[in-house]
Amino acid sequence: MKELSLNVLDVAMNSVKARAENILIKLIEADGRLTLIIEDDGCGMSEETVKNVMNPFYTTRTTRSVGMGVPLLKLAAEQTGGGITIASVSEKDNPEKHGTTVTAEFYMNHFDFTPVGDMVSTVTTLIQGSPHIEWRFEHITDKGSVELDTRELREILGDVPLDNYEVIKWIEGYLREGYESIE
Amino acid sequence: MKSLAELAAIREKMKDKVVLREGSGEIRVVVGMATCGIAAGARPVLNAFVEGVSNAGLAEKVTVSQTGCIGVCQYEPVVEIFEADKEKVTYIKMTPEKAAEVIEKHLKGGKVISEYTISNAIS
Repeated sequence: MKELSLNVLDVAMNSVKARAENILIKLIEADGRLTLIIEDDGCGMSEETVKNVMNPFYTTRTTRSVGMGVPLLKLAAEQTGGGITIASVSEKDNPEKHGTTVTAEFYMNHFDFTPVGDMVSTVTTLIQGSPHIEWRFEHITDKGSVELDTRELREILGDVPLDNYEVIKWIEGYLREGYESIE
Repeated sequence: MKSLAELAAIREKMKDKVVLREGSGEIRVVVGMATCGIAAGARPVLNAFVEGVSNAGLAEKVTVSQTGCIGVCQYEPVVEIFEADKEKVTYIKMTPEKAAEVIEKHLKGGKVISEYTISNAIS
């Protein structure tokens, strides 16, 4: 992947597929480190499946036998000296509280650090594709933060769906302004 | 500065339109957004369709959605176009520029751009 924001898009799609109702995407930049957290309340995974998703030749899909999302994120993190962890509780083990949290850590000064890139496009793409999900996005740097919570937008929008073009354009503009303010 | 008041204005504007939109989407544009598609550049292609369809005034007629792996990863970014009573058209190796052309010629003009389709690549 050319930018980390594409890895974020890709891995967040796993949360969508896990039928999550709430997905949090959080990036924290501090002391030369970037911590990425993607947390969902989807169906979760068994311990064995968690082990398997790190393996590039594992997938639950049947159309093709290679699932590369998590391994690519792992590679991007490890090549900077960081790494990833996955914590998951399956719906089967706990019907009340289940879901998956993927945490990746990157050393931003490392030569092989992939730039974060266009997070705004990633967030708007995710909301456009899954407007029924509640998305929370936070990007915290030492200069400030950019945040968006679809619950707050929905309160104002009422019946207007989040994938309405004007709403998507508003979200895009709002986030771009947010990023300009912490440049 | 983007304000929440603008969102409220969008809601007001959409009040009458919401009903109209139902039963719309005679044409479905589906963009492959699995790892293979994303790595090959599907994100800007999707955004070009979302933006282009709206700017061309086709929003009532065309819906743009995302799907997983279509199964022809070597041809990503792949875009499928579904239209009632017509055969599915699969465009391959898409770019935002090609997307603009597809909107103009295919979605607006009703003419398939054969040279961008998968049938053209495998025949």
